[in-house]
Amino acid sequence: MGSSNSTLSKIPNLGRLIEETGFTPAHIKRLYKRFQALDKGNKGYLSPQDFGSVKELATNPIGDRIIGAFFSQGQETVDFHSFVRILAHFRPLDKNRAKRPDSPEPINSRISKLRFAFQLYDQDNDGKISRDELLQVLRTMLEMQVTEEQLESIADRTIQEADLDGDNAISFDEFRKVNADTFLRIPSPVTPSQITVWLIVL
Amino acid sequence: MKLPWGAATPLLLAALAGTTWASSAHNTDPQSNTNATNGTEGNSGLTSLPIVTWKWHHVEQPYLMALWVLVCWLCKLVFELNHKLTATIPESALLIFIGFVLGGMIWGADKAQTFTLTPVTFFYYLLPQIILDAGYFMPNKLFFGNMGAILTYAILGTVWNAVTVGLSLWGVYLGGIMGDLKINLLEFMLFGSLLSAVDPVAVLAVFEEVHVNEVLFILVFGESLLNDGVTVVLYNVCDAFVTLGADRINAVEIIKGIVSFLVVAFGGALVGVVFAVLLSLLTRCTKNIQIIEPGFIFIVSYLSYLTAEMLSLSSILAITFCGVCCQKYVNANMAESSVTTVRYAMKVFANGSETIIFVFLGISAIDPEIWVWNTAFILLTLVFVLVYRIIGVFALTWILNRFRLIPLEIIDQVVLSYGGLRGAVAYALAFMLDGNKVREKNLMISTTLIVVYFTVVLQGVTMKPLVTWLKVKRTSKTEVSLIEKLQNRAFDHILIAIEDISGQIGHNYMREKWNKFEEKWLRPILMKSSARKKQDQLFNVFHQLNLKDAMSYVTEGERCGSLAFVRSENNVNLDFKKKLASDISDIMPDINSDSSDTGPYTIPMTCIMQDNVPTVCLDVEEDMRGKSMRDTENINTHHVLQMHLYKARKQHRHRYSRKEMGLNKDENEVQEIFQRTMRNRLESFKSTKMGVTQSKKIKPAKKDQIPNGKHKTHSFEDADFSDDNVFSSDFAGGVASGGGGPTRLSIRSGGGIENPAFMPDVDHASPLHTPPWSAVVDDGVAPSQRAQVQLPWSPSNASRLTPLRISTRSNDSFILADRPTAQGEQPPPSQPKSTPK
Repeated sequence: MGSSNSTLSKIPNLGRLIEETGFTPAHIKRLYKRFQALDKGNKGYLSPQDFGSVKELATNPIGDRIIGAFFSQGQETVDFHSFVRILAHFRPLDKNRAKRPDSPEPINSRISKLRFAFQLYDQDNDGKISRDELLQVLRTMLEMQVTEEQLESIADRTIQEADLDGDNAISFDEFRKVNADTFLRIPSPVTPSQITVWLIVL
Repeated sequence: MKLPWGAATPLLLAALAGTTWASSAHNTDPQSNTNATNGTEGNSGLTSLPIVTWKWHHVEQPYLMALWVLVCWLCKLVFELNHKLTATIPESALLIFIGFVLGGMIWGADKAQTFTLTPVTFFYYLLPQIILDAGYFMPNKLFFGNMGAILTYAILGTVWNAVTVGLSLWGVYLGGIMGDLKINLLEFMLFGSLLSAVDPVAVLAVFEEVHVNEVLFILVFGESLLNDGVTVVLYNVCDAFVTLGADRINAVEIIKGIVSFLVVAFGGALVGVVFAVLLSLLTRCTKNIQIIEPGFIFIVSYLSYLTAEMLSLSSILAITFCGVCCQKYVNANMAESSVTTVRYAMKVFANGSETIIFVFLGISAIDPEIWVWNTAFILLTLVFVLVYRIIGVFALTWILNRFRLIPLEIIDQVVLSYGGLRGAVAYALAFMLDGNKVREKNLMISTTLIVVYFTVVLQGVTMKPLVTWLKVKRTSKTEVSLIEKLQNRAFDHILIAIEDISGQIGHNYMREKWNKFEEKWLRPILMKSSARKKQDQLFNVFHQLNLKDAMSYVTEGERCGSLAFVRSENNVNLDFKKKLASDISDIMPDINSDSSDTGPYTIPMTCIMQDNVPTVCLDVEEDMRGKSMRDTENINTHHVLQMHLYKARKQHRHRYSRKEMGLNKDENEVQEIFQRTMRNRLESFKSTKMGVTQSKKIKPAKKDQIPNGKHKTHSFEDADFSDDNVFSSDFAGGVASGGGGPTRLSIRSGGGIENPAFMPDVDHASPLHTPPWSAVVDDGVAPSQRAQVQLPWSPSNASRLTPLRISTRSNDSFILADRPTAQGEQPPPSQPKSTPK
C-alpha cells in the first residue's frame, strides 16, 4: 500500500476529486497511471496529440469528437482533474449514494451522460443538433457506402423522429426524451457502468 | 369454454376412436383383428375384384402420427379460443392437463397406456426443431454479451444441482426415511443429473408470456438451452459410471469423466459451429434454387444434430450453436422471401413439437405401470430440487455480481431460481434409464413426472403473479426508431473510445476486436458480396421503417379505392422532394411519403403531376423515372390488372411450377403471341387507315387524352376517363379487333391476349409499334410523345412486373385496364376533384 499512497500523494486536491467524481482512491490511482502513460514528456497535462497515440482511437469513427470532448472550448490541454471528471461521466449510477437534496447533480447522472453524448453531436454548441451536424455524424458512422442523398434522407428522418417542436433540429430536451430508455435497453455488459468494474478488476 | 369444448370433443373422440382402435389391433382384441384381416390380408383369397378395400395396416403408422399431431394441435386451438384461461394458466400446463384427459381416455379404452413419449421420438423428432428455433432466434448480442453468466449457470449450476440433489437424496436414504429402496449412490447421482436441467421448452413456454426484461430473459433462456446439453452429457457420464459399477470407479475414471464431459460439451458446440459455417457457405450459392433454399437450413441443422449424436457429442449444443452462428449470414444471404419462410416454418415446427411434447407428458402419466409411490423419496426430491436451485442461483449470482457491471438484483435472482422448470428432457432421460441396471426405474420416472408437473404447472401458473408482485423490470415494447439506433451506435463508439483512453480491456474492447475480425475475415467468406453491402444496422432500420411506410402507404391507397391517394392538391417542396425521391428510390421507395407536411400519402410526383403547366410536366418526366413511382404504380397496376384484365386468361399466365412462384415467363410462348399480335396489329392498322369512321372516332379521344398523356399517362388515377368511356372503348376496340364493329364484349376477351404480347420485346417492338400510332392520328402529338416517354422505361427494368407495367403504358391496353377501375372501383367522392382540366 506504500506505493499506492505515494502515487496518490502526488495528486493534488485528491479529496475534492473523489468527492466530485465518486471514484475510489484505487480508481484514481489507476487513472493517474494511465494519465501519466498518455502524457508524453511528463508535461502534467494532455494535448490532443497525446490522445492520438492511442491507436485504437484512430479507427473509431467518432474518436475525434470524443477526444474533443476532453478539451473545453478553445483549450489545447487537459489536466488530470478534468481528465478524471470527463471519465467520471461513465461511472455507473450509484443507487446507494445518499440523495441529498442540496447536493449538485452528480457527474455520472443519466442527464449528464446524455449531455455528454449530445455534445458530441452538437459541435457548434448552440444547444441544438442541426441537420448538418447530424449529417456529419452519420457520414462517419455509417459503415457502408451510402450516397449523400441517402444520408440526407436518413438525417431527415432521424430529425423528424425526435423533433417535437418542428424546428428541424434536435434540442437537448428532445434528445433526452427520445433517449429516455436507451440506457435501459443497452444490455448490461455494454452499459457505461462497465468502466468501474473493470477498473476494480484490473 | 362451453362452446369450444362442444365443438372439439367430437373431434377428439373421433381421433381417439381411431387410435384406440388401432392400438387394440396390436393387443388381443379378436374383433379388430378380424376386422383387419378382412381388410388387408384377406386379399390373398381373392374371389372377385374388390372395388375398395380397407387397408388400415397399410397406413397405420403415419396415420396415427398425423392424427396425434392433429389432436395435439386441436387442443391448442381449443385453448387459444379462451384468452382469459391462457392469460392465467400457461399453455404448457393446460396442454399437460389435456394430456391427462386424453391419457385417461386411452387407458379407459385399452386398459393400458399404448401411447407414451418415447425417448427416440423425443430426441430425434421433437426436440431438434425446438432447440434450433431457440438458437436461430437467439438475440446474438445479448447472448454473447451475457455468455459468461449463462455459461456459469449452465455448467456450474447444473453440476451443482445434479451433485447436491443426488448426494442429499442419498444422505436421506442412508438415514432410512425412504424405507427399502434398491438404489446406490451412483444411481442417486444419475437421478440427480437427469433432474438437473432446466428445460428450455418449459421455460420458454412460461417466460414468453411473462415479459421480463431482456437480460433476465436471456439468462434464463440461455441457461436452459445450454444446460440441456450439459445435463445430457452429465447423464451419459453418470450412466457410464453406473454401468461400470461402483467397484471399478477410481480417480482416473472420475477424471476421465470430467474430461469427457468437457470434450462432449465443447465438441458438440464445435460441430454446431462447423455446420453453421457450411450452411452459410451453402446459402451463398442457392440463388437459383430459391424454392428449396429454406429447406437447407432445416436439413443442415438437423444433420448437425445427428452428426453430433453420431460422434457421441452433445447434439443439443451442436444444433444450438448451429442456429446461433448461422443466423446472421443465412439471413443476409437468402432472399427475403426465403428468410420469411424459414422464420415461419421454424415457428411451426417448434411450436408444433412443443405442443405435442406437453400433451404427451400428460398422457404418459396415465399409466399405472410406472407409478411407484414413495412419499419420502418424491417429496424430498421435490424439495431438494427447489431448494438447491435457489441456493445455486444465489451463490452463483453472488460470484457473478462481483464481475458484472450491472449486478443482478435480488428480484432477478428470485425469478431466476423460480424459473427452474423441469420438463420433457428430464422425463425422456428418466425413460431412457436401463431397467436392468437401475432397479427403481419406475420410481424415478414417476418422481420425475411429479417434479415436471409441479414445476411446470405450479411454478408456471404462479410465475406471472410473482413477476408482477415483485415488480420485476419488464421489457418495454417500443418501435424501432432511427435516432435510438443511432444513439446506441454512438454510445458503443463512445464506450470503446473511453475504454481506449482509460486504457482498459473491457467487453467493448473485445467486442470491437471481434467485430473487426468478423468484418475482415468471416464476412467475405460467409456472406454474399451483395448482402455484405447491406449489413449496416443503422441502415437496416432505416430500410425497415421505409418498407413499413411503403406498405401502409399502399394499403391505405387501396383502402381509399383505386389510386386516388397518389394525387394531392398540395404542392410542397417540389424540387427538393423530386430530387430526393428519384435519387433514393433505388433502395427505398416512398421514403418521402411521410416526410411531407401534407400528410402521409403525398408523394412528390403527384404534386408534379397536378401541376398543369405542360412544360414542367414533360421536363419532369425525365426525373420522375425514379423507381419509387414505378414501384407503387407497379403494385397498383398489378392489382388492378389482376382484378380486371386477365381473368379469362388466367390459366395461361399462372402455370404451376415447382421451381418458382412468380408469373409464367415462358419466353417462347410470349414471343409467339407477340408476333401473332403484331401481325394482327399491322393488319388492323392498315384497315384503320382505310376505314374512315374509325379514325374519326379516335381523334377526339386522343385530343381528350392529351392532357392525361402529359400527366405521365397515369391512367388509373384519372377518373375523368369514365367520361371518355365511349371513346376509349371504341378506340381500343378499333385497334385491337381491326376495324370491325367493336363491342365491349370482344374487347374484354381480347384484352387478355393482346397485352402479354407486348411485354418482353417492347424495345425492339417499338419501331414497329410507334409509327402506326403516330400515323393513325395525324394531328395527335400525344401518342408519339407518349411513346417516346415510354420507351426508356421499358428495357431498363424487365422485372416480373414488367409485362403489366408496359401493358398499361401501351395505349390500348391502358385504356382497357383503366376502364373497369374508373367505372367500378373509383369511389364516388374522388371523382369530382379528379378532372385536372
